[in-house]
Amino acid sequence: MMRFHPTEEQLAIQDALRGTLADSFPKERLHELVDGDTDFDKPSWDALMALGLGGLALPEIWGGAGLGLLDLAMAIEVLGDGAAAGPILQHCLVALAIASSASEELKARWLPELASGGTVATVAWGGEWLPEKWTVKIEDGVLSGMVRYVPGANAAHLFLVGTAGGGLALCELEAGMRVSAQHSSDRSRRTATVTFKNAKAVELFEPGDPTVARLFDAALVLIAADALGGAQHCVDLSVAYAKEREQFGQPIGRFQALKHQLAGMALEVEPARAMMWYAAYAWDMQLAEASRAAAMAKAHIADRFVSVARAAVAAHGGIGYTWEYGLVIWFRRSMFDRAYLGSPAVHRARAADLAGW
Amino acid sequence: MDLSYGAEAENYRSEVRAFVKREWQPGERRGSDLGAYIKNFRHRATNEGLLYRFVPKRYGGSEQPVDVVRAQVIREEFSRARAPMEVGGNGMAMLVPTLLERGTEAQRERFIRPTVEGDYVWGQGYSEPGTGSDLASVRTKGELIDGEWVINGQKIWTSQGGGANYMFALIRTEPQAKKHDGISYLLIDLDQPGVTRRPIRQMTGDAGFYEFFFDNAKTPADWIVGERGEGWKVSRTTLKHERASIGSAASLGAQFEKLVELAREVERDGRPAIQDPEIRQLLTRIEGWVMAHRCSSYRLFSLAAAQEEPGIVQLMMKLLLTETGHEIALAAQELIGDEALLEPPPSGHGKRGPSKWLDQIMGSLGNSIAGGTTNIHRGIIAERGLGLPRDLAMGGE
Ligand SMILES: Cc1cc2nc3c(=O)[nH]c(=O)nc-3n(C[C@H](O)[C@H](O)[C@H](O)COP(=O)(O)OP(=O)(O)OC[C@H]3O[C@@H](n4cnc5c(N)ncnc54)[C@H](O)[C@@H]3O)c2cc1C
Repeated sequence: MMRFHPTEEQLAIQDALRGTLADSFPKERLHELVDGDTDFDKPSWDALMALGLGGLALPEIWGGAGLGLLDLAMAIEVLGDGAAAGPILQHCLVALAIASSASEELKARWLPELASGGTVATVAWGGEWLPEKWTVKIEDGVLSGMVRYVPGANAAHLFLVGTAGGGLALCELEAGMRVSAQHSSDRSRRTATVTFKNAKAVELFEPGDPTVARLFDAALVLIAADALGGAQHCVDLSVAYAKEREQFGQPIGRFQALKHQLAGMALEVEPARAMMWYAAYAWDMQLAEASRAAAMAKAHIADRFVSVARAAVAAHGGIGYTWEYGLVIWFRRSMFDRAYLGSPAVHRARAADLAGW
Repeated sequence: MDLSYGAEAENYRSEVRAFVKREWQPGERRGSDLGAYIKNFRHRATNEGLLYRFVPKRYGGSEQPVDVVRAQVIREEFSRARAPMEVGGNGMAMLVPTLLERGTEAQRERFIRPTVEGDYVWGQGYSEPGTGSDLASVRTKGELIDGEWVINGQKIWTSQGGGANYMFALIRTEPQAKKHDGISYLLIDLDQPGVTRRPIRQMTGDAGFYEFFFDNAKTPADWIVGERGEGWKVSRTTLKHERASIGSAASLGAQFEKLVELAREVERDGRPAIQDPEIRQLLTRIEGWVMAHRCSSYRLFSLAAAQEEPGIVQLMMKLLLTETGHEIALAAQELIGDEALLEPPPSGHGKRGPSKWLDQIMGSLGNSIAGGTTNIHRGIIAERGLGLPRDLAMGGE
């Protein structure tokens, strides 16, 4: 039966996540993290995992909820709204990759661990984002090479590494790896350079395995979902502020120029919501258009996030420009979402190719 | 989520497809011959329950239960076979739903059937020279004298004004009452001595809309919909029927497809423009908006089918459509290059090259004025959608 709006259950999951995140990760904690030197927040990590986030899209036999990418994306959207810290999206992606592999042994070894969040995992694809451009070599079960912009590397124990030609290898933190933190603009999701020198690894997918492309598409959908949540946050914050802040003896939200700015922001974000759903749905249903929809969603929605984050600062005035108010956290997250996994221009070029133009 | 219509709807689709295949065979018919054939086809489709579904049988409709999925299946199958749907225009889109909700029995009997048949063509008489966005400021006067309304004033920008024989109009009948409370919704026969019409050339060069002068024009006392002074409210009436919103998404999608086609046809630096990286970025950037619009129309369609509230996205669809239309216009202008210096031959007069895009390039501007300007729609999104305080200058408190 035709249905293209969220179910009660999907909305309930979003509500539960929103509540849990608000309780376990209050605004002061977010600011503490941003002002400190790590992005890993154990209390909120544990709380979200306890709620089942790590296993949301994993089969039930491995402690998961057996839901689809759409449900996971809707969850990530909530985390984008709340600026959840650390490599949550990447962690879920590693679990998805292992669940898609043929190895029952690896599934048994890792999936329950990842579902519970007991082990933290992340994805190392950075710098050259597209699978065909990955460079790390795997030979006789050992990795050599370097990956930049790896989120959550300081906290992770398990790494899903992109290998030359577009393969994927799984690597536990070991002596052959060096993790060096980068000065990151997005302090809620800091990145590191990871160097592999004869680091032991298991090859999960060989170069050219179509599952790799599918996992990459899933990553694009999830980052689009994060951007959607972040963009919504910028709109909500600006609208709330416009109702409360007074100038010239009235709420600034009564001034038509500002009203139109805010309407323009909402017009960027709200229609993008169904686009994100569609990209996730297309992935779940394995539609022929899935890859293209993921690329289009990532490009369009990341651009929307950057655009409304900028507009939100303008709509706030001086307070929006401060460190303390915190809008800057989402602003910087918008820059992360835009760059991470490849810029909008990169994915638009791919979408044009995929259309056969 | 699920974008398939389900087995029940697919069975229904087969029935509809079989009907259209059997009954729509216009062959080589032309002119009035074709007109009569279309009229007859519409009757058969109505008897089958396919057209005029929200219109009761006694007024010439097929009186079907509200079912947005079936309605969509019908649209798709008719469009596939290029078979005519209901008659278009303001009559079916606005007047008939309004009469069904607010009209008297006598009005429904008098006006709906001929509208459904396409014999009555309606102009929408809202705008005046002094009245546009501030619609409640209408000044065209109506006085009840000796059992009929006597109307004096002017309406302007009336689409389909050339072919229209009737008008539904907002007329000031209670000059003493407050602005919004002094208006009545009157129906007017346009073929009478007191009415003069004059075409207005649009920027495309065509006579697309008309102005009407009322000089002691007459209309019967009971051709008023709702009570005296209720015209404003009546004009806001919209029925919740099957016109859920996939139609406009299909038209935006088709426009975008034509743009892609254009990019294949024209050259840039000695190769098809579509191979140019800049053009590929331009097209996919626009396509992001087209996709967001299409997916949002699925969402609205799904909400309508489930009889749930549409929410803020509903208020955005027109603006999204027109803003994306502007992007398409600008991209087309880029692609056609020097052809923009040429006036296309009028439609129906020989082959029209890329310069035919001139119509869309200008038409996209009309779309963002007609039916409420972009500024007015932004205001609606801000106030009704985001809950921002109402503008004092526009009557807020
Ligand atoms: C192609 C076309 C078809 C049409 N068909 C019909 C028809 O069939 N029947 C009919 O009755 N009318 C029709 N119209 C008229 C249309 O509804 C009006 O043109 C429209 O409502 C705007 O009114 P206006 O032209 O008087 O412009 P104005 O209201 O004078 O607006 C001029 C400018 O001022 C801005 N503006 C006005 N008020 C505000 C405000 N409060 N805040 C911010 N900005 C404001 C507008 O956005 C616009 O940019 C048609 C128009 C077009 C272009």
